[in-house]
Amino acid sequence: MGPLLVSVYVFVLAAFLGFELINKVPPTLHTPLMSGANAMSGVTLIGALTLVTVAAVSASVVLGVLALILATINVVGGFLVTDRMLSTFGGRS
Amino acid sequence: MITDDLTALLALGSIALFVVGLKRLSRVRTARSGNALMASGMLLAVVITLLEIGLVDYRWIIGGLLIGAAIGVLIVVRAQATQMPEIVARFNGFGGAASALVALSLFWAEVVEPTGETTAAAALGNAAATTLVLSVLIGSVTLSGSILAELKLRGTIEGTPQIPVRAVLMAVLALGGIALGATAVFGIDDPATAAALVVGLVVASVLAGLVLVLPIGGADMPVVISLLNSMSGLAAAATGFALSNQLLIIAGTIVGAAGLILTQIMCVAMNRSLLNVLIGGYGGEATEHGEYEGVVSADAESAAMVLEAAQSVIIVPGYGLAAARAQNAVYEVAQALRKQGTQVRFAIHPVAGRMPGHMNVVLSEAEVPYELLFEMSEINQDFSQTDVAIVVGANDVVNPLANTDPTSPIAGMPILDVENARRVFVIKRSLSPGYAGIKNPLFERDNTVMLYGDAKQMLDDLASELSSNVR
Repeated sequence: MGPLLVSVYVFVLAAFLGFELINKVPPTLHTPLMSGANAMSGVTLIGALTLVTVAAVSASVVLGVLALILATINVVGGFLVTDRMLSTFGGRS
Repeated sequence: MITDDLTALLALGSIALFVVGLKRLSRVRTARSGNALMASGMLLAVVITLLEIGLVDYRWIIGGLLIGAAIGVLIVVRAQATQMPEIVARFNGFGGAASALVALSLFWAEVVEPTGETTAAAALGNAAATTLVLSVLIGSVTLSGSILAELKLRGTIEGTPQIPVRAVLMAVLALGGIALGATAVFGIDDPATAAALVVGLVVASVLAGLVLVLPIGGADMPVVISLLNSMSGLAAAATGFALSNQLLIIAGTIVGAAGLILTQIMCVAMNRSLLNVLIGGYGGEATEHGEYEGVVSADAESAAMVLEAAQSVIIVPGYGLAAARAQNAVYEVAQALRKQGTQVRFAIHPVAGRMPGHMNVVLSEAEVPYELLFEMSEINQDFSQTDVAIVVGANDVVNPLANTDPTSPIAGMPILDVENARRVFVIKRSLSPGYAGIKNPLFERDNTVMLYGDAKQMLDDLASELSSNVR
């Protein structure tokens, strides 16, 4: 099985996992859950990291650094804002 | 190599943290710890990636991470509780843009900047070249769609402007963009021409995002943002294919799938279909204001006298409460009532506010105890045994037309049956329609009394009237 086919397997199985992971969500949690999932989509950050490993300035590096900054805002801000929403919710015990 | 195996194993740990975290985030008791688990999964993913790339020049990496983290923290710290939905939309746009930019950076690094004349397909492989185009397309649609969604939530852009032949326009932009991208990565070996075509792909995708969101009303933005969130996950997964990064593929795909399910759950809560939401035209512009007859209004003093005699009160908050930042004032009223022995509960409609759960977020900022908040299904039958229902800045979610008029745009939407309470106070600036843009016959009911004014001011007045009488 070639590397591409492995990736396709991984993609399909991850899709099933994602579909099954969320079933019944109380309306209270719709916004925080969306916000948390949104922070997770900032995972593209690790793709950006692999592209800005040289000191030289070129178009590709500029695009990569821009991607890195935006993805980091998405990740850090996203998890923080989700935590802020949940911080005063009851039912923590 | 040992390090390759090690990082691959660690990546499995990161994925486990994501999966368990997301699961816990969907339960009230465990939500906060779930979010923390996902954040640590992300931190682990970053550490793994830094291990993988080994010793390199870290200047850009450190600078980018620090600047991004600082801006992220700043945006959250400066945001008001009422702005949370807008913030989520903005972050989502950034995530989509980041995926598109990663794909663009890869394209420039591998195709445009090298001196040799080669197509992206030859340089990267067919699969990577294809997913690169998809990543730019989906990421750019997510960016422009999310920015527009934020502006609509904020009220900067109002209404639901209809775009003629919108479906055709969407198809032309999306397919045209794909055609440009496909030509750029498969057919052109001149770097400058290929780069120009990719820029064309970006422009077409950005326009497609705008055309997608523009005709959809502000009230439906939560569903749109959830859908765009799912798309930003898919964009990350496509980027993962282009970079052959399994961790990126898995995490992105999970968000894509889970986001789609969440979108569906939200549609069900609003009693709408996703297609119905996407067609747009719902809400925004007032379709029929209608004339009101026999509306009774009162001031805080006389309302307070009625409340003093009440045994049970249910408060129904809506977007107006959040907009007036009246969450502390409403809790003061609730506390004053409880002090005189009145039972006070809050009835939370699933789509009250501009996002599901919006009211819970706003009320929890004022530290209203969780035990006082009741979901619609738990409390709706209790209105008939309730002395006073206080509607604070809510409109469509208490509009009886949803039950009685099958032609109404909100027909079939489950509503809070406040009209069954013995007395209904509606705190509202005016008789203007809510997001659905329709008349609310509740305001004409014999047992309804309008309390005109700013929600915060009116609630402050009520609280001071009530507490002065307790003494």
